[in-house]
Amino acid sequence: MKFGVLVFPGSNCDRDAAMVTRDLLGQPTRMVWHEESDLADLDVVIVPGGFSYGDYLRCGAIARFSPALRATLDHAQRGGLVLGICNGFQVLTEAGLLPGALMRNRDLHFVCDRVHLRVERTTLPWTQAYQPGERITLPIAHGEGCYFADADMLKQINDREQVVFRYAAADGSLTDDANPNGSVEHIAGLCNTRGNVLGMMPHPERAADPMLGSIDGLRLFEGVLAAWAGAAPR
Amino acid sequence: MTEAATPAATTAPFSPQEIAAEGIKPDEYAEIVRRLGRHPNKAELGMFGVMWSEHCCYKNSRPLLAQFPTEGDRILVGPGENAGVVDFGDGLRVAFKIESHNHPSAVEPFQGAATGVGGILRDIFTMGARPLAVLNSLRFGSLEDARTRRLFSSVVAGIAHYGNCVGVPTVGGEVYFDPAYGSNPLVNAMAIGLMETPDIVKSGATGLGNPVLYVGSTTGRDGMGGASFASAELSDESIDDRPAVQVGDPFLEKSLIEACLEAFNTGAVVAAQDMGAAGITCSTAEMAAKGGVGIELDLDKIPVRETGMVPYEFLLSESQERMLFVATAGREQELIDIFHRWGLQAVVAGTVIAEPIVRILHQGDVAAEVPALALSDDTPIYHRELLAEPPDYARHAWAWSESALPPCDAAGLEDMNWTAVLLHLLDTPTIASKRWVYRQYDHQVQNNTVLLPGGADAAVVRLRSQQATPPVAPATCKTGIAATVDCNPRYVYLHPYEGAKMAVAEAARNLSCVGAEPLAVTDNLNFGSPEKPIGYWQLAEACRGLAEACREFRTPVTGGNVSLYNETVDSAGVPQPIYPTPVVGMVGRVADVTQVVGQGWQQAGDRLYLLGSLTDVTLGGSEYLASVHQTIAGMPPIVNFELEQRVQAVCREGIRRGWVRSAHDCAEGGLAVAIAESAISGERGADIYLPANGGQRWDTLLFGEGGARIVVSVTPEQTPAWDAYLMEQLGNRWQALGTVGTAAMPLRVLASDQTVLLDATMAELHHAWAGAIARRMMS
Repeated sequence: MKFGVLVFPGSNCDRDAAMVTRDLLGQPTRMVWHEESDLADLDVVIVPGGFSYGDYLRCGAIARFSPALRATLDHAQRGGLVLGICNGFQVLTEAGLLPGALMRNRDLHFVCDRVHLRVERTTLPWTQAYQPGERITLPIAHGEGCYFADADMLKQINDREQVVFRYAAADGSLTDDANPNGSVEHIAGLCNTRGNVLGMMPHPERAADPMLGSIDGLRLFEGVLAAWAGAAPR
Repeated sequence: MTEAATPAATTAPFSPQEIAAEGIKPDEYAEIVRRLGRHPNKAELGMFGVMWSEHCCYKNSRPLLAQFPTEGDRILVGPGENAGVVDFGDGLRVAFKIESHNHPSAVEPFQGAATGVGGILRDIFTMGARPLAVLNSLRFGSLEDARTRRLFSSVVAGIAHYGNCVGVPTVGGEVYFDPAYGSNPLVNAMAIGLMETPDIVKSGATGLGNPVLYVGSTTGRDGMGGASFASAELSDESIDDRPAVQVGDPFLEKSLIEACLEAFNTGAVVAAQDMGAAGITCSTAEMAAKGGVGIELDLDKIPVRETGMVPYEFLLSESQERMLFVATAGREQELIDIFHRWGLQAVVAGTVIAEPIVRILHQGDVAAEVPALALSDDTPIYHRELLAEPPDYARHAWAWSESALPPCDAAGLEDMNWTAVLLHLLDTPTIASKRWVYRQYDHQVQNNTVLLPGGADAAVVRLRSQQATPPVAPATCKTGIAATVDCNPRYVYLHPYEGAKMAVAEAARNLSCVGAEPLAVTDNLNFGSPEKPIGYWQLAEACRGLAEACREFRTPVTGGNVSLYNETVDSAGVPQPIYPTPVVGMVGRVADVTQVVGQGWQQAGDRLYLLGSLTDVTLGGSEYLASVHQTIAGMPPIVNFELEQRVQAVCREGIRRGWVRSAHDCAEGGLAVAIAESAISGERGADIYLPANGGQRWDTLLFGEGGARIVVSVTPEQTPAWDAYLMEQLGNRWQALGTVGTAAMPLRVLASDQTVLLDATMAELHHAWAGAIARRMMS
């Protein structure tokens, strides 16, 4: 399975994502410079964390005009897998691949921590390694991770079961304390209606290396690999 | 000879005020005239002003710094370059350095702190190393003061802004709060990088005719004369110096890191120097002087962000994210293309010349021409007179004794039991959890953070090359670096020599507590004015202590930073110096990152030990004395090098053999606070037994402070071997303390006769300690 990791001038989690797919999972992985426009060789496109182009205007507001992101839209259109992590999630919402928007955190501070998540949907290639309703722990690190969608959009998102992860307490309950950034309905990650595009604020690539402790995030990547192996012609 | 009689002074084209405005003293001006054989022009005067500032040339501290040990088996680059470089084995070479941004942070805390991070990162990647971690050492006034709260939150936000965006994890640090830093906060940042280039990139220009490249961001009028500003006292008017504070762009810096490392790996870069303090002036002078050559630079080639700048402004601008390269002639375009691809400026702006001068051209004329050595090497030095006797304030403080304290017994003080005292100490911002701070810093980016902030006495980061081809398997990267920044400034204030020694001892102890072997030091000397007898005494005595301790611990000093004149002149004109604060940044080698330990207790039933002496402690200079009795006095703890090194070695060996499962040093707040922190971190209570107090006051035993003390937990199965090892290594200088309990159990400390001295639930401890800073920030 071939991975591509987009590299904008301000990306800073691009190497971390590649470390997981290439060094931990042994999958062919190439870095995709933001000016590239041919992604035909890739199975999965990862839009990594960071501050694309500095994000001084608004997170992801400039990145969405880049050739690599336009090619990512085509890739998604063709049914290819796209994973946006943190800034990548912001970029995907800016680009309209995912609904809603990400705003300044509730308390206006950048927050770096480990949070509990409730896995809401396990029928996707992204999450098939998790149990329905399972609680996992992933790192977060963002200043603008407060997910927002208006009531109509939220209804649509929920009706179509697009929410993939919610911030939750250790027991799975949705308490205020368990919501690190004020996201509406505790939404931490969601997919498009087709399910091939996933955006999430938590960093699965930071919980993938057994040497650093948690591997709850590795299972996301393993799930994708297993789904692909099952779907690929033998 | 009077001033009026010197021809130089009589014909000077500048008024004394203009000369003083550049930070130049009358004697220094006369020396400039002597060296040039003429009067300087305005641009040249400005160049000397910044280059001869303490910040750039260490004119007050250089003779003192000379006593530091700087060499060792593992030291690849010592002081004098942009950063020190240490050999970590297996081809792993680590660059590291600390730097202050105190004055900028006092007047513009957000940008001051942000650009402090940017500056120290450039020192690291200028050497060819990819920055892999940042630590901070911060000092503020009291959080009860609204102005301090604003400074504190802005500094933290500034560090977060820059570090998070540039993608380098902020993995550790320290924060102290004391009224001594009320209007003069300290912001010291230490950066660590892993070399990615085959050769360490140095700063000496070589190769006559080689092109000099200007790369990075554009030049504007921001940060004019920041180095001079940083070398003067702060006053009510300092806020007017805000133009001397630079504005940082971490996005540009991120691109600059990538472009520079790519450029260095082409082999076409002969030398590199970042433009920090004094910008173009400093970088050209230092590169020329170190290479024994000259540099001719044409200001018309420099990319600018505003129009109409005069040479003086070009030369003194401290616009951020800029570097100067000397390239191999003929390969400049290759380098320029790399920078353009990253959206950065890159132009050939000058040439290496034989004559050892810095020659600045502007609109076809020579705008400045100064011998490079005069600017950067052959700079003034002040040998000041050291007080023959310790000053009165110190002698007065040393006369304090415990007899001045109100009586106490096993229950506590008259109006406060020992449990209440402990909870009070845990609630003091200096001791309390710094989660409010480090939660704002991305401490995990780059996927190498082994120990998270708050969980251990030192940060530990795995050394994994991002550049290697083929890529390295993460599991094979076992070597790690442990890092810490330390200084108890109250100790240094009370006794600069002993306090400075203790700062080194504590840094080494913190590294030992995670299982790391201390290797090398970078120091940041934050002091008041050296022109005052007490200020100079503090500086000189602290340097003597640092030098001695660094020799004892075999941790050479590979570089650092000096920040003097940390004084606030109040409205009445009375200078208020900070506590003398020699911050010690120390790095150590972790042989196997899977074997490190944190400070939290791991399992009920584990046995607790105190390594070192239970009774050789003092309340002098203690946090207890300061925050419970509002007294800053006494003789601070004296370092016992022999015991300190033995205790640290035992701790490291215990961790290496897998006996020790947690380790935490006893620092501020003494034994009681140390065990409380381990209990909170491990989320378990314990029963601790103290032997009879032997006539000592209970507060001395519980809250007294001293070096060479570490609390460790050991699995019960290992205790026979461990006890035997302790007997062999430490004799009787250790103490079994008790047993780790469950999460539901309280933390209790009992006397041998079963009298309960301390008894607090985990919830009480956690509440006091975890929310102390957040509670004050919301008030």
